[in-house]
Amino acid sequence: MRVIRQIGQWFDQRLQLAAPIRDAAEHPVPRNTASWFYVFGSAALTVFLLQLVTGILLALIYVPSASEAWSSLQALNHDVTLGWFIRAMHGWGSNFMVAIVLIHMVQVFLFGAYKFPRELTWIVGVFLLLMTLGMAFSGQVLRFDQDAYWGLGIGASIASRVPIAGPMIVKLMLGGPIIAGATLSRFFALHVFVIPGMLIGFVCLHLLMVLKLGINEWPMPGRLVKRATYENEYHQLTKKDGAPFVPYAVWKDLFFAAFILLAVAACALYFGPFGPTGRPDPTIIQTVPKPDYFFLWLYGLLSYLPPSMETPALLIGPVVVIAFLVLLPFLSGEGEKSWRRRPIAVLTVLLIAIILGTLTHLAGYTPWSPHMNAWSGDPVPDKFLHGSTALQRQGALVFQVKQCRNCHSLGELGGQRGPALDSVAVRLTQDQLIRQVIQGGGNMPAYGKNLSPAETTALVAFLETLHPAGQAPARDAARDIVLRESGTHP
Amino acid sequence: MSNENTISRRGLLMKIGMLFNGVVATALAVPVVRFLFSSVTRGRASAYLSWVPLGHVSEFPEGETRLAMFRNPYVTPTDGKTVETACWVRRVEGEQFQVFAINCAHLGCPVRWFPQSGLFMCPCHGGAYYRDGSRASGPPERGLFEYPHKVQDGMVTIQAGELPTPGSPTASLFGNAPPCGPRNELVSIESKLSASTETNALLRKTKTCA
Repeated sequence: MRVIRQIGQWFDQRLQLAAPIRDAAEHPVPRNTASWFYVFGSAALTVFLLQLVTGILLALIYVPSASEAWSSLQALNHDVTLGWFIRAMHGWGSNFMVAIVLIHMVQVFLFGAYKFPRELTWIVGVFLLLMTLGMAFSGQVLRFDQDAYWGLGIGASIASRVPIAGPMIVKLMLGGPIIAGATLSRFFALHVFVIPGMLIGFVCLHLLMVLKLGINEWPMPGRLVKRATYENEYHQLTKKDGAPFVPYAVWKDLFFAAFILLAVAACALYFGPFGPTGRPDPTIIQTVPKPDYFFLWLYGLLSYLPPSMETPALLIGPVVVIAFLVLLPFLSGEGEKSWRRRPIAVLTVLLIAIILGTLTHLAGYTPWSPHMNAWSGDPVPDKFLHGSTALQRQGALVFQVKQCRNCHSLGELGGQRGPALDSVAVRLTQDQLIRQVIQGGGNMPAYGKNLSPAETTALVAFLETLHPAGQAPARDAARDIVLRESGTHP
Repeated sequence: MSNENTISRRGLLMKIGMLFNGVVATALAVPVVRFLFSSVTRGRASAYLSWVPLGHVSEFPEGETRLAMFRNPYVTPTDGKTVETACWVRRVEGEQFQVFAINCAHLGCPVRWFPQSGLFMCPCHGGAYYRDGSRASGPPERGLFEYPHKVQDGMVTIQAGELPTPGSPTASLFGNAPPCGPRNELVSIESKLSASTETNALLRKTKTCA
């Protein structure tokens, strides 16, 4: 023991770090901040460290070359001992990190921790969130598969819409005229050097400010933040009702950090690594690219925005959101901290969560995408063919052969791009069906050029049979009268 | 004995030292910036585009649309398979061709051709295009990107080399006129269908692109 103490003293005489570390560890924090609500920041840091370690391990095998990256990932998955587990840890760690950073941000927002004097801590946090998302996107690119390849195409298409500078930004982003070797190399540099370097620097700043300014006290309804008095009040609070961070509060951080690491490992063990999906070969066009989980909401949003709104929303939207987040502590730097007295703050969080959650859920089954194989693969349910005439059966065949099924479902099978047609005859009369088929409209292409009159007649005859048993099909009452008066109808 | 108006020798030397470093940093920044932006400046000199053959005219039957592959003219050693590119070749008749980029004009996903319905469909956000590349439905704001092409010594040849994106200059130069391309074929079908009086009445109200 004595030898260890002597070695310690030898080092400390030279480093002189023991005293500041002890001060930092034992700095008093308000007692009620030793809460399970206050563990997300340290958990985010823990997962970040996990990502650093697993990332370095992956770099031992991974080759950042467009011709070899995919094969090196296959080697990691199948040849290298436990390579699949390290990949899975890194992939799941990425998902956990984004999730924890978001939860941390929501907690900090609802507890009013961004208010005076912690404005800069919040702003640095906003940049940490952006960098985390940047890591998630560039990481998806390094998993150089079909999703990564076409995902880059989507990124380039969005970037190209910037007025004037668009084409330049695309070439800068891709490192050349197309998605190729140089593209992967620069995303490797971003993912492995540039963004992590900035992350480490910003995390240190963020932590330094937490230490210097003190952890945000538990918000009490009615205890308002005022610039003139806050620091003094906080000082009094920690003096009167404070406890040393170590060990009073730290044990919860430690437990939660270990729990999160276990959860990442459990997901990695149970679900395994992400991909890689198909080889990044642009000539394989039978692919349905999909972004990673935390960008699914964007995939959904891009499908639902009206075409004319898309470019402005894509270019102005992020600027507005980031500007709002950065300016937030200046817009409401004082006043009430407690979520109990900030209904608009709570509703905003709920609204954003519901929007993002709904878009993510929708992107899970992409109702806006045509089902490319529905026309040849999905059967026409028996009930729609039972007792049908030859013409109607011919129409069912036209319905399948002309790929109508790719966008319209029958009996819950088929695309969901257009409305389900199980009871279309109740909604549209014969004339309306003919017009819709031939002219299209309402987001449906016109089929006039691709259907012969005979095919149209058969198709409409089939569509007219699509109504529930007890419900009569729609009919144009005026048409009967006109036909009767002109004597062509009995 | 210093006051605010006099500059000490050390102070002056420090300022000159800082200035010296600034000059060196600026000089070094020139090659760094030129290196960083090389992919942009090279593109400005249109060094990326060139004519590449897709195949003999006879490989593309008249009235049909076929998938063709070409190797991107600009290649670096680590590109691997990514320089192989696909495109859709439509031979209208004789030597009249249309060559469409594989990338959807919305966000660049690979569109697929369905000859039965005469539509290109995009698997990502559901964009659809008619056989002439004009927009049919979905989120795209314009028709499919078209490569400039010519028939040379019996070979269909296209000018390619850049990823077609909605904002790229090549897209606006060579593309279909947004938001709707030539749709006059609907008129011809109207006369074909004149036998069927019911549909004929409806077709007379066919939408026309302004």
